[in-house]
Formats: sequence, structure tokens, C-alpha cells
Amino acid sequence: MSVALQLGIVVGYLVIALLVGLVAYRVAERTAEDFYLASRTFGTVVLLFTTFATLLSAFTFFAGPNIAYAEGPEWVLVMGLMDGIIFAILWYVIGYKQWLLGQRFDYVTLGEMLGDRFASRRLRGLVAGISLLYLFPYVMLQQVGAGTALEALTEGSLPYAVGAGLITAFMILYVVIAGMRGIAWTDTLQGIFMLVTTWLALIWVLAVVGGPVAATSALEAEAAHHLALGSDFYTHQWMLSTAITIGFGVAMFPQVNQRFFAAGSKTVLKRSFALWPILCVLLFVPSFLLGAWARGLDVTVPEGGNVLPAVLAEFTPVWFAALVIAGAMAAMMSSSDSMLLSGSSYFTRDLYRPFLEQDVSERREDLLARIGVVVFATGAFLASLWNPATLFELGDAAFSGFAQLALPVIVALYWRRTTRAGMTAGILASQLFYLGNLFVGSIVGAIEFFGPILGDLAPLLVLLVTGVLRGTYMGWTAGIVGMGLGLLVTVGVSWLTSPAPDERRMIYFERLEAD
Amino acid sequence: MRRLEVWGWLVVGVVLSALAIPWFLWGDAMTVVGVPLWLWWHVGWMGLASVVFWLFAQRAWGIGIETTGDSRGDRS
Repeated sequence: MSVALQLGIVVGYLVIALLVGLVAYRVAERTAEDFYLASRTFGTVVLLFTTFATLLSAFTFFAGPNIAYAEGPEWVLVMGLMDGIIFAILWYVIGYKQWLLGQRFDYVTLGEMLGDRFASRRLRGLVAGISLLYLFPYVMLQQVGAGTALEALTEGSLPYAVGAGLITAFMILYVVIAGMRGIAWTDTLQGIFMLVTTWLALIWVLAVVGGPVAATSALEAEAAHHLALGSDFYTHQWMLSTAITIGFGVAMFPQVNQRFFAAGSKTVLKRSFALWPILCVLLFVPSFLLGAWARGLDVTVPEGGNVLPAVLAEFTPVWFAALVIAGAMAAMMSSSDSMLLSGSSYFTRDLYRPFLEQDVSERREDLLARIGVVVFATGAFLASLWNPATLFELGDAAFSGFAQLALPVIVALYWRRTTRAGMTAGILASQLFYLGNLFVGSIVGAIEFFGPILGDLAPLLVLLVTGVLRGTYMGWTAGIVGMGLGLLVTVGVSWLTSPAPDERRMIYFERLEAD
Repeated sequence: MRRLEVWGWLVVGVVLSALAIPWFLWGDAMTVVGVPLWLWWHVGWMGLASVVFWLFAQRAWGIGIETTGDSRGDRS
């Protein structure tokens, strides 16, 4: 009963999404700008919810409550700071400026915006390349998640490869048809749906267990230390590092960053900006509290399983639990939709066009964009079958990896003396530092492999590598240290070098006004 | 004047970020209506942030970014 119901709800959602996509296709113009950015026309509600749904879906429902269950509800604070405050401020600092520049120069991607200012095709390619390096495995992780969830839901009758394959095929069909406009419309429906069901779930569970006071005293009996702020897990440094790196990382995630270009007007940006902290609290507090309270409520969470489904199964009727779980799975897919679209735009506009085929008509670019979606999604699906550990690590590290881009970009946006050399050096240095930290084991392995050739140098190199790349620095993560390094190198090298003659140094500072 | 305003808002932004987590309640386990006090603080603070953001959007939007006439507030 439950399986058929859940599958029915998932399929029902997909059908609705496809219908919305078809409507969007009918109103769309056949240009790349329309496909990627809905011709920069989004209103407040759509922009707010599409950014929100793109960003937070799967984590809010699964990983977040799991952490609150295991370690206490402090995650709410970290999420609130990172998404409600830091990201909102960046919404203005990066987003509004990007939007103005996009209005004036028709930029569609971040790489395009930087490449134009610094007159550098290579810089443009570098930014796109780095973004794809993290985005591709991140999309793969979503496919792995959705495929595994389908396999679990059907109790194995739909094997992973088939489930993930079906989902990939659906996503390709959907994204190719719907484009940004359709995706944003379904995101909006879905965001509102998520908000309502999460609150219903909280109220339902609390009604059954006798209110928040009863739930908390049960938690106190089971794990009293979860109620006190802070723990060995939630240290000052860790909470700050996480909030800052993810908050900045979010702003550089292609599918989020690109939405900065898509707003319809200045008023839309203003309203979304002010509503952002409230929206974050409205969603995080109930979902994470449910996870935290579950600890005291005798809920049996299966090994490696998720807390929220277990809580719902225990306290709410089957149809309701199915609705929420199906919604969460759909949410996972909708994040992937947006990422596919952005991945395709980074690939076609910043890598394919500048380096392989410079003169393309609007119609042809629109076609290329759709082909890009097919290539990107199929590639990620094939990679998920092979499931290499390296890609897994990269996907997991995506937020911090993207965060490395943020400070050089802010410096470029606000400091006229930033030079092409400074920008390139800052981006490269922070990425190398961060990736080095991520793969320090492999680096040491490589040095040892070449030990016979390197001779006495080998142990010294190992000492140097492990000395510099330590993973954490007095409790601070490599992600945040890398951000600092990127900032220093960007400013330092810009200071020491003079701009190349063809750089357009003033375009970020002249005649920037909204109509 | 414009420049002073930029710095003022910058300070506001830093304060909003700094106190979203109530560090002064570190280790505190007091609960009010079943929810930890530190979480209530956070909820209230986010509400405050929203009001401050709204005020900013009404009064100062464009500061440090838009280049209107002779103001050079966009140098940071």
C-alpha cells in the first residue's frame, strides 16, 4: 500500500512538473537567454522560492535532521547564519551588482562577466572549469541519492541503475523542454508545498507526543547535553567555519549565482532580500527540531537511514508520510534540474563557444544549450554507475570549493585596482590549497611512488606537504583558510602587477543605475 | 557623508552576522516552552535581521554599488 502510494505520488509530481514545463515551453522564446534566464523576468515570489528550493531541498529534509538527531539542534543556528544572514548580505553585495551588470551587458554566467572585465578568455574558462569540477560530481550525488531512494522505496524491484536512469531521462526531457522558466515555476509550487508540509509534520508529531515541553523532557532524559548550546562537535570555530564557507559557497554555486541575473526588477531583489531570513527560519526550525526531538521519542532509525521518514512513519498516517517523502525526493530532483541547466550554460557559453565555435546564431546557441543538458546529465549518470571515490569527495566538498571563488569575485567587483594576474593567481592559489587539502593522501602517495626517483627529497617533500596541508588549522577548516589565502593572493598580486592594456577596468563602476 | 553611510551599514551587517548565534549563551540549557532559550534568541534575531534588511532596502539600497552623479561611495 505504502509503496504504491509513494510511487503514485512521485509519478503524480513528475506529471505535474512536465505539464508546467510544457506551459513554460509554449511561452518561451527560442533564445539562449530565455532558456537560461527566462529573459530576466522573475517576480519576487518566483525568484525567492526558486532560489530557496534549488538550494535547500534535500539537505533540509534528510541530512540536516539526521545531524540534529545525532548531535543536537545547533545546526539551525549554523543554517540561519549561513543562509539567512550571510547569503542575504551577499545577495546584495554580489547579487545586486551582478544583476545591474547583467542588465547592462547581457551577461548570463559569472565567467562571462569576469572574462569581459579582465579581457581574458582563459579566466572565463578557468572560472567555468572550476565550477564544473564541483558541479558535475554534485549532480552525480543527487542522481545517486534519487536512484538509491527509488531502489529502497520499491524494495529492490527497481534496481539502482534503472531507477537512476529513469530519473536522468526524465530530468533531461524536462529541462530541455521547460528551461529556466518552467523550472522556476515548479520550484515555486514545490517550495510552498515543502513549507506547508514541514509545519504540518511538526504540528502533527507534537500533537501526538503532547506538545513541545513533553518532547523536550523526553529528549532531556535521553540526551540532556543536546539542549545546551555547543558541544565537542559544535565548536565555535566549526560553527563559524561552516556557516561562512557554505554561505559564500552558495553564492558561487552556478544555479544560485545565475539567478542573480534573472530578477525582473530592482524591487524584486529588494523584497526577496528582506524576506530571506524569515523564510530560512520558517523552514529550518521545524525540520531540525523534528530531527532533534526524534532522539527522545523512541523512534527506530534504520542503520544508515534517514531520521525524518522514520519519525513520520511512527507518528503520522501513511499517506502523509508518503507525501512528505515523495516531496523530498522530488525536491532532490528539482535541485538537479537547476544544476543541469546552469552546468550546461557554463559549458556552452564559457568553454564551448569561446574556445571551439565563436560565431553562433541565437537559435543555434539555444540548440547547443539543450544539447549541453543532455551531455551533462548523461555524463553524470554514467559516472554515478561507476561511482568513483574521487568524484564523491569532490561532490561532498562542493560548497567549500565554490566558496574559494567568492572573495576574489568580490574584490574584482569592488576594487578598481584588481588586475587580471591578481584575479587568476587568487583563484588558482585558493583552489590548489583547498584541493590539496582534500587529496592530501593521494599527494603523499604520489610522492612515495616517485620516491626512488626523488631520493632524499621524498621524505622532505612529504613533511612539507603534510605540514602545509593539515586539514584543519587550530580548529578552522581548510575551506575558510583557503578563502583567506585567496583574498590575500588576489589583493597582493593585483597590488604588485599593473593591469593588462586591454582590461576594461571601469565597466564595473560606471553608469550603474537601475531604471 | 555617503562614505560614512557605507561604513555604518557595514558595521550593521557585521553585527547582524556576529550575533545570529548567541555566543553569550554558550553551554546554557535553559528552555522556554520546550524550546532552548538560545533557539528563541536566534528566531528573534532573524526576525530583527529581516526588519533591518527591509529598512536597508527602503533607505539605502544601491549604496556602494550604484553610481549616481558625483557620489563615489562605491570605493571600498
